[in-house]
Amino acid sequence: MTEVQTQNDYSFSAKDLKSGSEVKWCAGCGDHAILNSLQQALPQLGHKHEDIVVVSGIGCSSRFPYYINTYGMHTIHGRAAAIATGVKLANPHLHVWQITGDGDALAIGGNHFIHAIRRNIDINVILFNNEIYGLTKGQYSPTTTKGKITKTSPYGTIEMPFNPGELVIGARGRFFARTVDNNLPLTTELFVEAGKFKGTSIVEVLQNCVIFNNGTHAMITDKEEKDDRQIILKHGQPMIFGKNKDKGLILKGLQLEVVTIGENGITEKDILVHDAKMANPILHLMLISMKLPDFPVAMGVIRSVEDTTLNEEMDEQIADVKAKSPIKTVDDLFFHGDVWEVK
Amino acid sequence: MNVKTVVKHLNKVTIRFSGDSGDGMQLSGKLFSDASALFGNNISTFPDFPSEIRAPQGTIAGVSGFQVHFGNTEINTPGDYADVLVSMNPAALKSNLKWLKKGGTIIIDIDSFEDKNLLKAGYTSNPLEDGSLESYEIIAAPITTQTQELLKDSGLDFKSILKTKNMFALGLTFFMFNRPLESTEHFFEKKFKDKPTIIEANKKVLRGGYYYAENVNAIEPHIIDPAKIEKGFYRTVNGNVATAWGLLAAAENAKLQLFLGSYPITPASEILQELSKQKSLGAHVIQCEDEIAGICTAIGASFAGNLAATSTSGPGLSLKSEAIGLAVMMELPIVIVDVQRSGPSTGLPTKTEQGDLLQTLYGRNGESPCIVMAVTTSAGCFDAAYMAAKLSLEHMTPVILLTDGYIANGSQPWKIQKTSELPAITTRRVIGKLGNNTAFLRNEDSLARNWVIPGQKELMFRIGGLEKDSNTGAASHDPENHQRMCKLREEKVQRVANFIPDLEVIGEQSGDVLVVGWGSTYGHLLSVVEKLCAGGGKIGLAQFTYIKPLPKNTADVFSRFKRIVVCELNLGQFASYLRTSLQQFKYEQFNKIQGLPFTEEELKKHFMNILEAK
Repeated sequence: MTEVQTQNDYSFSAKDLKSGSEVKWCAGCGDHAILNSLQQALPQLGHKHEDIVVVSGIGCSSRFPYYINTYGMHTIHGRAAAIATGVKLANPHLHVWQITGDGDALAIGGNHFIHAIRRNIDINVILFNNEIYGLTKGQYSPTTTKGKITKTSPYGTIEMPFNPGELVIGARGRFFARTVDNNLPLTTELFVEAGKFKGTSIVEVLQNCVIFNNGTHAMITDKEEKDDRQIILKHGQPMIFGKNKDKGLILKGLQLEVVTIGENGITEKDILVHDAKMANPILHLMLISMKLPDFPVAMGVIRSVEDTTLNEEMDEQIADVKAKSPIKTVDDLFFHGDVWEVK
Repeated sequence: MNVKTVVKHLNKVTIRFSGDSGDGMQLSGKLFSDASALFGNNISTFPDFPSEIRAPQGTIAGVSGFQVHFGNTEINTPGDYADVLVSMNPAALKSNLKWLKKGGTIIIDIDSFEDKNLLKAGYTSNPLEDGSLESYEIIAAPITTQTQELLKDSGLDFKSILKTKNMFALGLTFFMFNRPLESTEHFFEKKFKDKPTIIEANKKVLRGGYYYAENVNAIEPHIIDPAKIEKGFYRTVNGNVATAWGLLAAAENAKLQLFLGSYPITPASEILQELSKQKSLGAHVIQCEDEIAGICTAIGASFAGNLAATSTSGPGLSLKSEAIGLAVMMELPIVIVDVQRSGPSTGLPTKTEQGDLLQTLYGRNGESPCIVMAVTTSAGCFDAAYMAAKLSLEHMTPVILLTDGYIANGSQPWKIQKTSELPAITTRRVIGKLGNNTAFLRNEDSLARNWVIPGQKELMFRIGGLEKDSNTGAASHDPENHQRMCKLREEKVQRVANFIPDLEVIGEQSGDVLVVGWGSTYGHLLSVVEKLCAGGGKIGLAQFTYIKPLPKNTADVFSRFKRIVVCELNLGQFASYLRTSLQQFKYEQFNKIQGLPFTEEELKKHFMNILEAK
């Protein structure tokens, strides 16, 4: 099944991924950068250009397939995960990317989102999280911060939001990464990692909606402060962050704690080393849940645990049954069992 | 006990097995049907069970029934009323007596007619003693105690012994109608392969019932000869299995992988179960998280080049509406099987009805046309599912195939058709770019677009739920283009009429009354129209399999009759559709909505009145 091919055979560039359609997102929308990142990432994966399928639901981000020159499906609200699952099961040599937003994936499509993850179907999900409904012009979403004033919460929302990564872990997710729209190199790198990962990979992109929720991630993305407010995790590397690279995370009892290297006798050796491949998700969950102002927000590949995929399991089971069954054709099925002849 | 000839005519007989949900009446009925089919009789069956899996034992709510009609003439229905009623307890007798012909035979387990059970069934006096059953022949067999006696040395526990008493009842009926025991014994050997004690126990009780009937001389055996049946190989299928096999055959002939995305729902689950079994034929089946995912995975699979299907019942069809609209807009082939049940909402989930027709035609936002078909018989589900797949693939449009609980669960002998004898399927699949060939190029005759499967460098395209330009396929908000596309999608479906068979009339080809039906009412309507024709009535039957589009000769057929009576198990949905489609005719209605099929008796009475009134 897996053919080894040199990358040259399939080479294509970011330019080949530009579709003829005019990109109609608002000027300054984070979506432009995410599109750009995926166009940078896809040629690095060594996949055939014509084997890529991009599937989306409904929302601003879901216009994505029209703007990228691959096979594309722009479908209905919330259902992209189910449609992408069908594409992959039916034709597993295709590389399937699902584009979705916080409303599409976590509200109307919440059920398909968790079940795709549970089944570990080999698709890549880019979750644009701008904490607002943009295409319907500014209603609160399942990730909107509690208390926020929106068109449907004029006195502030009274609902607790989801943290998407927590949901991924709750659904037994094997791959979760997080990035911000204005960090193009990191976003591109994570898309490449997600593309390589066998199984459902979720990349949450903290994305800014300039019109309806401008600055919702500003605390995290602030140019001056971002190094203190984000920690970019890398597998096998110590969890160090900060402008001066002097801050780190340690485990104290069952809690994470931010420490400063050089203070209170802390040395680099005391800092936790990130293990994205650890099957036990507890530490990953703690990293996903870190919030400002007490903690930096975790970026990078937080969890990446290989497991069998739904599409592989299905094809293996079919091959196994085929090998053992006397029924090889539909005619065999018809004549199998209680059949009688009228002469 | 009277010893009499209990069955008056021997061309055909109807038996109804009834008992508590846990008494195994469905199995008794199935085994009797199988033995009869193997013996060479025509059969038609009708399982009638409650929606509760195990309602309180001994109560009316917990009664489960199975009716089988068998004989050597044509058998189109499971029979209105039974000649023989088997009732394992008082509740079964009480709730099923209305289905027994006057003067028919009742076989009961006398052991169960105790005060406690009589009370549970709501009897205030014992019907065996109060004279209320005087007009029937009663065979009171001690089924429970005989079964216990037969198995006292079997080593089985009390509960397991009682479980086999349905085989004693079956044995009684086998003697009564001279059925061979071998096929049923063979069934035990297969079903309980690793449990020799259970095999022996079932065989012993089956034979016990058979010999009991012989020994006590309570029942006179009857001979019902095999029917004159067209030569060929046969097997028994029910509607759901036949539907699943029709899809498998279509996939094989179209050289495509079959994909089913589905969610369990009564009475459609068996399609999902059957295709889950057929992995050796490469069927890719996923039991989804919900009905919506069922059709959405299928839409994804269709885009990726599979013959894709989803199976459901009415409430599930409601949930799938938006996604069907997407498949209409994307012009993707997909088969949606709706095994109708009584609605609205949860309704009578195990009972049959034809209540979803207007939902299939109009139940989506926007102008959203697709092909709608309806199956007429259990065995006919095979051909209909095959044709649904063929039309979907050749015309690049969703097809909704309507069956219902009655034909889905009912079984019939099916003459096996080899896949090579079925009509060829020519998909719209395009491989390689030829000139200006794109995913959006249409066939001039059918207006179906090309089916481009991902993996082809030259043909990459984007498609979605947004309106598309009629030439380029790009998303378009142009007002005139939208009108053009809405008309085009409707016209594409209407042109399917050029590819389907004409409507046939059974009985008189012109005359006083045209009986119009669709789907599963076929058997009942046919039996009645044939009888009335034989009696000189100028009456014909037009049974529709193709609903949208209607066959091309429909207006011609309608114009040949003075009166048109549309018969449906709803409040008049097809009649309403015909009134808008062919407005020049006047339509009368005959409707029933009780969760049950028509009876021949009520149909006959109605048409007799019409014929006499002219």
